[in-house]
Parts: sequence; C-alpha cells; structure tokens
Amino acid sequence: MSLSHDDVRKIAHLARLAVSEADVEVYARNLSGILDFVEQMEAVDTDHVAPMAHPQDTAQRLRDDVVAEGDQRERFQALAPAVDAGLYLVPKVIE
Amino acid sequence: MHDKTIAELSAALAKGECSSVELTEHFLKRIESLDGGLNSFVTVTREQALAQAKEADARRASGEAGPLTGVPMAHKDIFCTQGVKTTCGSKMLNNFIAPYDATVVERFKAAGSPMLGKTNMDEFAMGSSNETSFHGPVKNPWDAERVPGGSSGGSAAAVAARLTPSATGTDTGGSIRQPAALCGISGLKPTYGRVSRWGMIAFASSLDQAGPMAASAEDCALLANAMSGFDARDSTSIERPVEDFTARLGEPLKGLRIGLPREFFGEGMDAGVAKAVEAAVEEYKKLGAVVKDVGLPNSGLSVPAYYVVAPAECSSNLARFDGVRYGYRCEDPRDLMDLYTRSRGEGFGAEVKRRIMLGTYALSAGYFDAYYLKAQKIRRLIADDFRKAFDEVDVILGPTSPSTAFKLGEKADDPVTMYLSDIYTIAVNLAGLPGMSIPAGQSEGLPVGLQLIGNYFDEARLLGVAHQYQLVTDWHRRIPEGFA
Repeated sequence: MSLSHDDVRKIAHLARLAVSEADVEVYARNLSGILDFVEQMEAVDTDHVAPMAHPQDTAQRLRDDVVAEGDQRERFQALAPAVDAGLYLVPKVIE
Repeated sequence: MHDKTIAELSAALAKGECSSVELTEHFLKRIESLDGGLNSFVTVTREQALAQAKEADARRASGEAGPLTGVPMAHKDIFCTQGVKTTCGSKMLNNFIAPYDATVVERFKAAGSPMLGKTNMDEFAMGSSNETSFHGPVKNPWDAERVPGGSSGGSAAAVAARLTPSATGTDTGGSIRQPAALCGISGLKPTYGRVSRWGMIAFASSLDQAGPMAASAEDCALLANAMSGFDARDSTSIERPVEDFTARLGEPLKGLRIGLPREFFGEGMDAGVAKAVEAAVEEYKKLGAVVKDVGLPNSGLSVPAYYVVAPAECSSNLARFDGVRYGYRCEDPRDLMDLYTRSRGEGFGAEVKRRIMLGTYALSAGYFDAYYLKAQKIRRLIADDFRKAFDEVDVILGPTSPSTAFKLGEKADDPVTMYLSDIYTIAVNLAGLPGMSIPAGQSEGLPVGLQLIGNYFDEARLLGVAHQYQLVTDWHRRIPEGFA
C-alpha cells in the first residue's frame, strides 16, 4: 500500500492535524512502510473468526441512570486556555 | 537503604529502624544528586512526599500500617495526580495540572505510600525507547549511551538506579515488560481489566493495563495487591474479587509445567539473550519444573495486528485534545479549524502524529473491515493459540525483548524496526493475558529480561514462579555501577 501526498493531506485533515508540506513526504513514506508491514494480516483466512473486542468477551456494563457527578465547572475550566463567564472561548464561528 | 526491597524496607519501618520521613528524604536526595544524567523524573514532589511520609509515620505509630505504608514510590506521568503536573510526556499536556487522582494513585495514597514524583515516558506511551518524550530521552543506568526501553522508561530507569523502591507503569504493547527487561528490574502487566484505567491517560483502551515495577517479584506482588480490583469508573474493569497476590510466593515449583513457545526461540533473538534465557530454563528445571515445547502459530501476526488496533484506538482517544478545554493551544488561531489543526499539529510529537494518522486512515470510510475488523479477528486467533497452550502448560516462558538495551538513536529513524522490538510482548496484550519480566542474566554487561506469561487471572502463580527463581539467583539484586 502506497499513500500519495494527497492521501496524506486528506488523512491529516480528517485527523485535524496541521502537517507542513515538508513533512507530507516523510509521512507518506513512513505510513506506506507501516501499511506494507501490516498487510501481512491478509495472508490469514479469518472469514469464520469472530472479532475480539475484550479478552473476557464481557458486555458493556450499564449503571443506573442517576446523577453521579456534581457540577465541577469551575475546577475544570481553570485548566482551559481561554474562558469567559463560564464559557469556553474559541475563534468566531458564525458571522 | 536504597538497596533494600519494599518488603525489607517495610520490615525496617515496622521495627523502627528508620522512619518514613528519613526513608523518603533518602530517596529524594538520591533523585536530586543522581537523576541529572538519567532524566528519569519529570516532576519531583518533594513537599508532598515528605508530608505524606509524616502522615505514614503517624499512621504506623497508631498501629494502622499496611505493607506499603511509609515506603515511597513514583508514578508514571500518565497517571493523573491531583494538583500535580501530569504531562504524559507531551507538549500537549505540558501545562496540565490534573484536577483529580487516577484510581491507581488514589489506592496507593490510601495504602500510605508517599509519592516522590512523576516519571518520564514516551509521549502518550507511544514508543519503545523513551525517545519520543517531550522532556527528552531517559538514559539507561547500565549505560548512558543506551535507551531504557519504553514507554515506561523513566519508571524502569528510576527503579534500576534505586532512585525509588518502585514505580507504576502501563503496558499497552510491552511498555512495562520491555523497559523492565532493558533496565534489569521486575515488572508485571496484569490481566486486562484487573487494574482500573480511570485517570490513566488513554492510548489504546482495549489494550492499556497498569502494573507495578520494582526490584523483585515479591515487591510487585505487594504493589499489585494495592492497585488491583474492580472500579465502577472504568467500564472494562473486571468484576471479580482479587486474591492475595503474595499467597503463592512460597509455592514450590516441583511439577510446574513450563511451555517454551517455538516461535519465541527462532531467529531474531540476539545470541546473548538466547544464552541467558536458556540458562534460566535450566535453573527452572533444577527447581523441579517440567519443560515442554508449545506452539503459538499466529504470534507472528501480533505486531501487524497491534499496529492497526493500537493506532485506531489512539486516533479516537486523542481526538479529545482540541485546544479548547485543556492542554496546549496554538498562538493566534485564524478560525476554529486553524485552532484545532495547529494546536494538535504543534502539541503532538512526530510518533504520536504518525499513529493518529495511521489510525485515522484505518478507521476511515471503506477501510474498517480490511484493517480494524481484520486485526480484531487476528486477536481472537492469537488468544486461541494461548488458550490451547494453557491446556498443556501452567506458564509460558521466553525472552522479553529480542535484544538488550540498544543505543539512543539507533532505531529512531525507522518506525517498523522500532515496533519489532516489542515482538515478544505484544501478543500478550492482544490476548489480554498477564505477563511479567524479571532480570535473568546479563549479556556484555547489560541486563537480559525473562518473560513469564500466565493464564487469565493467574497473576499469583506467575509472581510465585518469578519469586522462586529470585530466591536462587541474585540478578534482581544487581545495581548498576555509580548507583550502588
């Protein structure tokens, strides 16, 4: 599997990662190399194998639908890069 | 004092031979004078450690001490520690002061173990050499030109240099066992779901598991007792009572069935490592164990499958770092998209970005079946191989790593070569089994790690098998020159 420069730009966009033009070439080479390596998986027939998500095959545990956490807005917003009046600040989204 | 195990330090505290404050001060001084060349700590929490030591002494005086009360330790910087910087080895979190304690940290606090500080690691636990850390690489105390392994490289180096009696680690593809091997210490990766992942910064959620790192298997057992157990806050935590992990330390090995996987003893392993592992096998035979060959035919696919599962889960988990709610934010973003892409592009290092992109690609429309689903099916095949092997044997034994500690920079340019340094550890994570590494000999002055793999929830036996070996050998007692 060989990724083109355009493939890398598209993946970077999907992943919301700014990648410099100089790095596009490096990622294309590295990622293609890793994908080639990963392709060894294709040699095995897995048509009748069930995928394994959890080693004990346990189901997702559910809890009662009750409030378990109190409001900790101030504590958590203290970590934010920019807040105002209890709101997270981001660049203007709507004109 | 630093050449003693936790069990011995705990006994010294109980007899009043020293106080926790003295002990904690001793290790803090060692960190201050010896860590400059190692870079194993990213944060030293001197005041907090001494305050906790004082509390531990008071607790001991009132007769309420447990085996870890007053014995200091360090935490890998992946665990959230309330009020203390928790960077996960990344520029992204270099300003992050955790607002709460991870369950693991909470449990060690409850056990009365003072925290000396936070240890260096590969960025977001992605690496096998500790070279991807934003804080710079950690040096191996056995040879400063060599890596300590990764991702729990700071924890392994700090324990090996006896800057702390123990440290926590996490193991997604070998990140406890491989650095333990390369630094000559003992480390346990428990069964997946044994130890809570709550407050442990996520890398690949279906594989991540925390565990103890210390000089001896007995110490690992004491630490595992404190950190294990069901936690409702971790949705994949196992609801199952935890036995006493020290219970089987004294069990004789006569008749123990040890499996040697043919696939782990082929080409690719350095001669010095092979020699040490073979000597360990002989030692086990002398202890009464019976050795037989077993097959893990699909284990060769573990590294390829891992490099789909882990990056896919990493791309999903690391989507939370958006430059909005916490962590790094770029300067002067033009618009929201620019804020996301530059905060992430500047905040993450090269290896993390590589894995995020790999995972994003594997999960993108049209590729899910060919990559993630295929890899999950291979996981099943790998787990089935182990199940079959454990019908015939009690534990599986082999090398932890194909080589001893490699040189800094030696594998940094080629991701696939670096990934293959975890070739013997990754299958265990994919299957969700418990695994250990213990020091078993040296090759050209560098430690060799012996890997022991147990059946699900069989940690107590695994620790016993390791402890019996350590009763008749002294590799776990060896301290690198300059740190004795």
